[in-house]
Amino acid sequence: MLRRDLLWGAAAASLGLLPVGRSAWAVVGEPPASAPRRLIVVFLRGAADGLSIVVPYADPAYYQARSSIALGRPGTEGGALDLDGRFGLHPALSPLMPLWKSGKLGFVHASGSPDATRSHFDAQDYMESATPGRKSTQDGWLNRLLGALPAPAGGRATATRAVSIGAVLPRIYAGNNQVANIASGAAATRPTQLDRPVISQAFDKLYSADDKMSRAYQASQQSRREVMDSMAPSDLEREMTAANNGAPLPNGFPDDAVRLATLMRNDARVQLAFMEVGGWDTHANQGGASGQLANRLSPLGSGLAALATRLGPAFDETVVVVVSEFGRTVHQNGNGGTDHGHGNVIWALGGRVNGGRVLGQWPGLDSSALYEGRDLAVTTDFRTVVAEVLERHLLLPDARLDEVLPRFSGSHGKALGLVHA
Amino acid sequence: MNFVHVNRRQVCLLGLAALASDRVSAQSASAGEALHVLNRLAYGPAPGDIGRVMQIGVERYIDEQLHPDRLPLPPALMQQLHALDTTRLSQRELIQQFRGAQQSARSDGEEGKAQRRELYQRLTLQAGEARLLRALQSPAQLQEVMVDFWFNHFNVFIGKGLDRALVENYERAAIRPYALGRFRDLLRATAHHPAMLFYLDNWQSVAAGYPAPRAAGPVAKASGLNENYARELMELHTLGVDGGYAQADVTELARMLTGWTFNPRLSSGDSVFYFDAKHHDNGEKQWLGRRVAARGQAEGEEALELLAAHPATARRISYKLAQYFVSDEPPPALVERLSRRFLDSGGDIRALLKTVFDSAEFRAPQAVDAKFKTPYRYLVSAVRASGIAITNVRPLVATAYQLGMPLYGCQTPDGYKNTEVAWLNPEAITRRINFANAFASGRLPFARPMDDADTGGMGQVALQRAGERTASAKFNPAWATPPVDVDLVLGALGSGISARTRDAVAQAEPGLRAALVLGSPDFMHF
Repeated sequence: MLRRDLLWGAAAASLGLLPVGRSAWAVVGEPPASAPRRLIVVFLRGAADGLSIVVPYADPAYYQARSSIALGRPGTEGGALDLDGRFGLHPALSPLMPLWKSGKLGFVHASGSPDATRSHFDAQDYMESATPGRKSTQDGWLNRLLGALPAPAGGRATATRAVSIGAVLPRIYAGNNQVANIASGAAATRPTQLDRPVISQAFDKLYSADDKMSRAYQASQQSRREVMDSMAPSDLEREMTAANNGAPLPNGFPDDAVRLATLMRNDARVQLAFMEVGGWDTHANQGGASGQLANRLSPLGSGLAALATRLGPAFDETVVVVVSEFGRTVHQNGNGGTDHGHGNVIWALGGRVNGGRVLGQWPGLDSSALYEGRDLAVTTDFRTVVAEVLERHLLLPDARLDEVLPRFSGSHGKALGLVHA
Repeated sequence: MNFVHVNRRQVCLLGLAALASDRVSAQSASAGEALHVLNRLAYGPAPGDIGRVMQIGVERYIDEQLHPDRLPLPPALMQQLHALDTTRLSQRELIQQFRGAQQSARSDGEEGKAQRRELYQRLTLQAGEARLLRALQSPAQLQEVMVDFWFNHFNVFIGKGLDRALVENYERAAIRPYALGRFRDLLRATAHHPAMLFYLDNWQSVAAGYPAPRAAGPVAKASGLNENYARELMELHTLGVDGGYAQADVTELARMLTGWTFNPRLSSGDSVFYFDAKHHDNGEKQWLGRRVAARGQAEGEEALELLAAHPATARRISYKLAQYFVSDEPPPALVERLSRRFLDSGGDIRALLKTVFDSAEFRAPQAVDAKFKTPYRYLVSAVRASGIAITNVRPLVATAYQLGMPLYGCQTPDGYKNTEVAWLNPEAITRRINFANAFASGRLPFARPMDDADTGGMGQVALQRAGERTASAKFNPAWATPPVDVDLVLGALGSGISARTRDAVAQAEPGLRAALVLGSPDFMHF
């Protein structure tokens, strides 16, 4: 990291690039008195195995169904970390246990989509449009939410009110409201050709119309300025090393999570954020306490823990929701993996989460309780969780809630209590 | 308000209208129509291409492109491709080298790990070179465009284990030869290729409850079905998710495909495909409403035949082709005609393409410039338009990664999309502009010798590092290509660059002009 920045400094100087953003010695800003409520959605693409994440270790059927990949009972070698006497957390997620113990991490088990599809692509689409079973919905629910939120206090226009990490915009953000995406990794704040005024002025003219591409260009230039204001490379450097006790963070999710936390803490205008992690489609050799799935969960756990820590006081006003399109078969398949299933687990973290509990109605894993004889049943619609976060945390009025979650009436009178009222 | 597009549409409209009468009397084409076919059948025009197509006429150009065997590769390209030694290895050799490197990484400490890293880098870099050099330089452009189309349709991921070694062979043996052939042959070639068998786990899917023998090897450890390939075979490769199958059909098809694996020792010929009869489920199956008697490998072969000829498959392939070549929301009437053509031609891809290119929908003004370039197409078309011959593809590989479209790097089996909604976003525009500036000013190491290897492979992390090094490493002037010649590019792109953009370019300082063309809104569409 340090070496790269030094090299880049030399390269930037030789290219005549001007520094952007605030000066290197600027002090990290304090959040304003009336901190805004924030929502971060983390999507685990590929159907993460919820039964290995929040393990129903008290259910004997779990061990019968998974002879070689079940996580052991708490207290055994490599066993699950006890949550509530019924469920245990995958040991690779141990960095999250302090949040569980302080009541800032909770789960809704046997949750998911009411639609039965076992297609990754349809199921993700439904979870991002929040209209299960309807393919004609054009926009995503986070984009609709952006349109439904009341204007920010002070009414300052901002390009980074809703952000996504990565080179493409996810389906959940599709729609009419402008969303900024920020490159993953160090590229987010590295100097670019467009930082040179002579270049940006020339391109500003080319992209001055009111078409889609010009709007995208203008949004990108504006969000670039805002991001550089909040993430001066020297601040970031400190954040990144502090987040991991002085060691560099691994590339990927943990690194991006700390960058996002830094941005959100320093810029109170960032209200909605989205991140995604792939690689959960464990059809073969998914492993148990160690192995492929554990190798995926480990950076996810440390990244979420770092996100919570680095958000600082802003974490108290933030809810992080972690979802995946469906769960995986209760029985392991012929290759020590699991195939496409149905019910899964939704995670929620944040100062306003009423955590330390595994919520939702647990249908059990007896063969008679399984969906279509093979999968964990869905007893909580994912939109129930979303609705509660929107109503109780983001204080969205009912009328606007219907815009974000059209044709959904399932949450009325069925509060989970996942978020503090 | 929408200045750029109105202007460009008008230009093209006039061109096409003029052409309609031209076509009756002569074979020559207008610049507008020449540009349109070069944009869609090729990765955009290189300098001189528009004039050449105007001269021979659009119909003859289309006919040429539909017969790639009549378009030999130029000797210089052949030479560059010939230098890629890993592309001459057989499937057996590739698997053996890959497994050998894994073994020595386990047993030979740091040296073994270094050897493995070196092999991975060579394999992945040469796969990228084989793809990009052809896309940039092959006169059989439509074939390369169709390689992109079919590779994404039958996607495999270079980051999954053995597929790092096999992805180039997969493209060369299972995709490119059939890219304009019969869909059935393409489907069969992918189904029998070890890259697909490995990627979607079928290689170790065996009859449920099979008593595992004590022999070594991963298949021996398998004890039952794996549904992964059977599901995607119907959902993505053929019928489509709404094609009328249920979960039970997935499981039954998986049973029919048990024993479809590969074995470098037991197979013969160039293919390592192996039907392992001992691990095949010999029970009776019920699949898509029919009874399937136990017949070994023939069950799977006949399933592929049935799927390849299914009306739902015809509809799905037709929709995807029309979306790829005409517009993101393809005209339903065209999709319908293509579906019929698919069925009555027995899935003849060349016949389907001809139907697309001859259609009024393809030539309609609404279709001109209607598509937004994917990052891959953007990069390839920019280098082609510049007329600059590059020797080092690494900057393209690294930029494709930064733009969210690493080569062979789509992890999921649905492949990369080619729609505007998938790729147009704020970050994408400014990243493309940054590439245009670096390229146009000659600051990308396109002329760096390929054996000057310090870049990693094309795994996610290696690629990210490669991208960062490209952005930050001290730049050696000897690696530079000449600055892009703005007049050459403007000439190459013709009416693809609007009067408004040309004015802005003319007013800019000379050093920025070529970058403004390649980074303009006009150049993002095709």
